[in-house]
Amino acid sequence: MLRFILRRALLAIPSLFGLLVLTFFMIRVVPADPAAALAGENATPAQVAEIRKQYGFDRPLHEQFVVYLGQVARFEFGESAYSRRPVALDIKQRLPATLELTVSALLIATLLGIPLGTVAAVYHNRWPDTLLRVLSVAGVAVAAFWFAIELQLLFAMDLGWFPLRGRMSSGLSAPPTATGFLLLDSLIAGRLDVFRDALHHLVLPAMTLSLGGIATIARFTRAGVLDTLQKDFVLYERAQGFPSRALIWQFVLKNSVVAAITQIGLLFGSLIAGAVVVETIFDWPGIGFYTVQAILTADYKVMLAVTLLIGVIYAAVNILVDLVHGLIDPRLREQL
Amino acid sequence: MLVLKKFAKDKPAVLGLVVVLVVVLVAVFASYLAPYPGDVSASHLLRRLKAPSWAHPFGTDNLGRDIFSRVILGARGALTIAVMVVGTSMLIGVPLGLIGGYYQGWGAETIMRVTDMFLAVPQLILALALAQLMTPSLESAMLALTLTYWPFFTRIVYAETRRLKAALFIDALQCIGASGARILFLHILPNCISPVIVRATIGMGFTILVAAVLGFLGMGATPPDPDWGLAISESRQYLPEAWWFSTFPGLAIFLTVLGFNLLGDGLRDIVDPRLRRSR
Repeated sequence: MLRFILRRALLAIPSLFGLLVLTFFMIRVVPADPAAALAGENATPAQVAEIRKQYGFDRPLHEQFVVYLGQVARFEFGESAYSRRPVALDIKQRLPATLELTVSALLIATLLGIPLGTVAAVYHNRWPDTLLRVLSVAGVAVAAFWFAIELQLLFAMDLGWFPLRGRMSSGLSAPPTATGFLLLDSLIAGRLDVFRDALHHLVLPAMTLSLGGIATIARFTRAGVLDTLQKDFVLYERAQGFPSRALIWQFVLKNSVVAAITQIGLLFGSLIAGAVVVETIFDWPGIGFYTVQAILTADYKVMLAVTLLIGVIYAAVNILVDLVHGLIDPRLREQL
Repeated sequence: MLVLKKFAKDKPAVLGLVVVLVVVLVAVFASYLAPYPGDVSASHLLRRLKAPSWAHPFGTDNLGRDIFSRVILGARGALTIAVMVVGTSMLIGVPLGLIGGYYQGWGAETIMRVTDMFLAVPQLILALALAQLMTPSLESAMLALTLTYWPFFTRIVYAETRRLKAALFIDALQCIGASGARILFLHILPNCISPVIVRATIGMGFTILVAAVLGFLGMGATPPDPDWGLAISESRQYLPEAWWFSTFPGLAIFLTVLGFNLLGDGLRDIVDPRLRRSR
């Protein structure tokens, strides 16, 4: 297993290197004058010249790339024009909020998607199946930013069931930061009022973000369960008079979720990307909200750091998915 | 004919086709169908933010423009983006996939590495980063979307080409001295076109969705374009009073994307016989 982990991690190196090359080209080659792009719109020619020297834009490309690698390795992304603080520090403080949101959305998507997909497979080609098929296509067809606004309209503005925006009510004092995850921090500090409030704030954004995930997981679970239902062991157990319900929820499901697990992993990447939109609408103080502010203020350093960060998370999640597969199915360990 | 019959039986797919056709027709005849075609740029401050009525079925927006007309006129922009982005991505991605899959050597290897490089970041993030580099306009958004969408076609065609390359008929063609270009474009390409069509159909819906996000974030269409994403972004200041302002453009996005996705799903089931069993 250790060999498998090592070999899989080695395979990620080319794609991480590619990510570095891509971001390097984005910042050094695509803009006509990268120094001017970095300096921002209101920079004086002297400031632009200083940035050009500081970042070494006057040197040959391959030398610049080596310098760039050094900067990335030391997490030196410069100062954000929007917050006037080091980008690395901003990201470190905001990442937990985004992770809290995406993990919650993933949890909702998994807890709803797997049972829905299973039910659809069991009622194959009958109305629950057709309904789910249409719903799952609809789930990925909804523009998340629009859905978020409609949820706000209905549940926050009209009915007043949930808070409109933010992560916590302004009247409450935040618990001491231990993990950065508000839900965990409030539990650690024993502040149930904050916990309840944070959970309340989480509902609408997490629901919005999970929508596409529910649809995807349900689809793959359905396909997996349908496949397993045709296996000989299912026929055998049925012939033995094994109760159908237990058979499906215990044995069939366990044999069917491999494809769904891959999707859960891949979804994590797209959920982090989707968080950009959802955080903007709910004023959620995470990476996504930060990214959009950076875009609006043409803060290129932030965009660069965020692209790198999300690329790394994406690669890490892909490795993790393969490792989980290796754990479930030992045959896969041999293939690598 | 068998294929057509099979398709006709698949109700969600037929529904998708109907929706797509309606959207296409609406886009083509937008200026005739829209009751107030002048509302692309005109403003009527006297009737701003009016609730839906017989005169304005979807209400009016913050400048008094008829939202029904603007939703209809917006179909043209949305479809143009989708066709341009998916079309150009195909023109770039498909030949690269053919070359990457058929030939060996550093050229083909480089193509595939570059493809993987683009796939290493979620498309939305990459498109945002690229769009930010350019001045915000519809053209920039299209360029950013194309730059991030072609690798999907390269990957699909690469996989199909690799599979077909091992087929006996390709060996036979090589033996009789057919040129690489002839084998690739006359023999391999027609055999891997169906997954490309499926991907393109779903890609149309997907592109409309991402383009709407770009418009919403202010990196796509610019005012006063009747863009759906842009309209939703403008509507946020007027909520909750003007609920119709955000609701109808959003429904237009939803229905259009839903149509393409249902159609793409139906096509995939027909094209990929391995999936038929599970239906």
